[in-house]
Amino acid sequence: MDVLLSEYAPILIFLALAIGLGLVLILAAVVIAVRNPDPEKVSAYECGFNAFDDARMKFDVRFYLVSILFIIFDLEVAFLFPWAVAFPEGSMVAFWSMMIFLGVLTVGFAYEWKKGALEWE
Amino acid sequence: MISTDLSIIAPEILLAVFAMAGLVGAVYSGRDALSQLLTWAAALLFVAAALYIGLTGEGTHTAFGGIFVDDAFSRFAKVAVLLSAAAVLIISQDYLSRSDLLRFEYPILVTLAVIGMMVMVSAGDLMTLYMGLELQSLALYVVAALRRDNARSTEAGLKYFVLGALSSGLLLYGASLTYGYAGTTEFAGIIEAAGADASIGLIFGLVFLCAGFAFKVSAAPFHMWTPDVYEGSPTPVTALFATAPKVAAMALFARVVHDAFGGVVGDWQQILAFLAVVSMFLGAIAAIGQRDIKRLMAYSSISHMGYALMGLSAGTAQGVESMLVYMAIYVVMNIGTFAFILSMSRDGRHVTEIDALNGFATKEPLKALAILCLMFSLAGVPPLLGFFGKYAVLLAAVDAGLGWLAVAGVVASVIGAFYYLRIVYYMYFGEETEGLDGRMTTLPWLGLVASAVIMLVGIVNLFGIEGLAEAAAATLVR
Amino acid sequence: MGIADFTFYVFALVVIAAGFFTVVSRNPVHSVLWLILAFLTSAGLFVLMGAEFVAMLLIIVYVGAVAVLFLFVVMMLDVDFAELKAEMARYVPLAGLIGLVLLMQLGLAYGTWVTGEGVELLDAPQGTPEGAAHNTAALGALIYDRYWLLFQMAGLILLVAMVGAILLTLRHRTDIKRQDVLAQLYRDPKKAMELKDVKSGQGL
Repeated sequence: MDVLLSEYAPILIFLALAIGLGLVLILAAVVIAVRNPDPEKVSAYECGFNAFDDARMKFDVRFYLVSILFIIFDLEVAFLFPWAVAFPEGSMVAFWSMMIFLGVLTVGFAYEWKKGALEWE
Repeated sequence: MISTDLSIIAPEILLAVFAMAGLVGAVYSGRDALSQLLTWAAALLFVAAALYIGLTGEGTHTAFGGIFVDDAFSRFAKVAVLLSAAAVLIISQDYLSRSDLLRFEYPILVTLAVIGMMVMVSAGDLMTLYMGLELQSLALYVVAALRRDNARSTEAGLKYFVLGALSSGLLLYGASLTYGYAGTTEFAGIIEAAGADASIGLIFGLVFLCAGFAFKVSAAPFHMWTPDVYEGSPTPVTALFATAPKVAAMALFARVVHDAFGGVVGDWQQILAFLAVVSMFLGAIAAIGQRDIKRLMAYSSISHMGYALMGLSAGTAQGVESMLVYMAIYVVMNIGTFAFILSMSRDGRHVTEIDALNGFATKEPLKALAILCLMFSLAGVPPLLGFFGKYAVLLAAVDAGLGWLAVAGVVASVIGAFYYLRIVYYMYFGEETEGLDGRMTTLPWLGLVASAVIMLVGIVNLFGIEGLAEAAAATLVR
Repeated sequence: MGIADFTFYVFALVVIAAGFFTVVSRNPVHSVLWLILAFLTSAGLFVLMGAEFVAMLLIIVYVGAVAVLFLFVVMMLDVDFAELKAEMARYVPLAGLIGLVLLMQLGLAYGTWVTGEGVELLDAPQGTPEGAAHNTAALGALIYDRYWLLFQMAGLILLVAMVGAILLTLRHRTDIKRQDVLAQLYRDPKKAMELKDVKSGQGL
């Protein structure tokens, strides 16, 4: 375990530092900053008039389509990593299996393109 | 080595290539112009693959280092899955084009789901099992929500997806426990690790696996999704849900309990017997209050899964054989019934209320007679084919020393007969109100009449299916 | 307690706390942010177990993509979350009771837990042994060759996901103008405008 940890020591120290610093800054603001809130001060400021509605608005469902297509290709890329790493020792089967995999996803991509799912209207 | 492996999965590869070629071809040839053609092509391809598998396959082969098994059992299940999927595609085509649902993705997704089912029933490893199951389920979640502008259909898709994901989670948890305690994911290794007395960890894994499968076959108490999904999905999709995936999931269930846990029959027998009793009674009792025929068929399928599980819970080759015969008969009955439900319409609108059947026999005596056969068969009234299915599972249960289970099955069957016979009563003695006026096109009509005729003629020798099922069961139970 | 144990406990506590706050926080966007923290810390736990590839995958796929998707979904739904939470508050006593029962059962199970004879608990991994393939390469040597079938099935599942997402959510709007590059390139200026000689008093 300690061997493993020593390999990751820099990032661990970095994490500790980042978290520590972040906490210090937030806590410092809590402890030191002057605060006397009243309802007018904490309400949302919108050019002098009262806020019309919620600041959050509904997103279009197309964002969802784009992000889900992104996830699919993200996963595909995730499969490419071990393949690339093991490539020098890999067999012909391994090579062609990745080609077929990419082919299947290319079919999906062609479908997606022709369907117009990538167009932003 | 890879070439022999590939030749073993040739039917699956063929279907996958068809799905991809169809997808690209249809999308580049313009919107939905090829849907009709693709549906037919898919159905014909299923039949061809079924013939190829049924006629040329022999012996037991494993591929890819044992993670894929091709034996008599998997071939039986594959042929059943392929033929029922083809039948459903053919009878539902007319309905789909009438209600403007015929999109070319539908046959493609069904093909991909069928590939998933074929891999499922051939699984020789927990990972293969999971991949097949996910491919099947994912494609089915999508087709459940095919009518995407309809709140019911989207609700069905969403409900199916969320509960299906939950059940996959249970299944994966069971699989990881099994892997942890057996040290391997291959069934051959698990059965060795389990020996004659499985450790408590393995039993936990087995229980979670069973819970996951029970979800997929919609056995009570994991049936909650079934009525809503059946009711909300477009009727052709409901017809599909009631047939091919049920056979595949049941075959998978049998494969896992026998191939991976065949040494510890006593441990899973209790679970299966429990699932069987609860499903049979719940399906029989809850269906009584239903006014919608799709919901009624959902409860009916829950109850039928109970009977199939009763056969499986016997834990013997005879039990597996009776389960296979039961599933084959069940699928034929459902195809016939759904062929009729698809044609139920009034003023051009699809209706699914049972009341609409009032006085149907005076208008359409032949169709009413066909439905009478199917309903009697579903209820298990002798001398129709459905009775022989029930008889086989009851016999298997009694022979395995589960007499109480068989008695419970008979009681549930008597309760369940009520709602099937009520449909017949409505048709023949109901006060005619607003009836059905839809005409049935040739193909669904053929489906209805053929399955009704099978119910009658099959009693001679069950079309020799018993022998095939026996051979299939013999390869599974050693 | 060594550094390794300390790191483990820190990550484990953070992951539990983040999971807890994901469920209880009032604002759904905060829930998603807590979830991201949970993903990140579990990636840390995976690293501690020596499964670096899985850890990085967790960050790339879950933090990078799934969490973003959750944010989109949260922003897409027109649900009054404050109301939902209020609804939830009604069931808290019951949920708490069930949780308590589960906890007690776990306690009972843990109390009677015996480790069988000859069972060796898995030792904590000691990092990659000298000369052995590290874990990405080890995975790479297996997935594409021995598990060929499963890998191709994964490809098909991704294809179904793609088709399904498009089939269910893509809607073509007809009231807008789209760019058609080819048509624009082949546009002939000569045909773009037509002059008509309109005789006075007659119209077109």
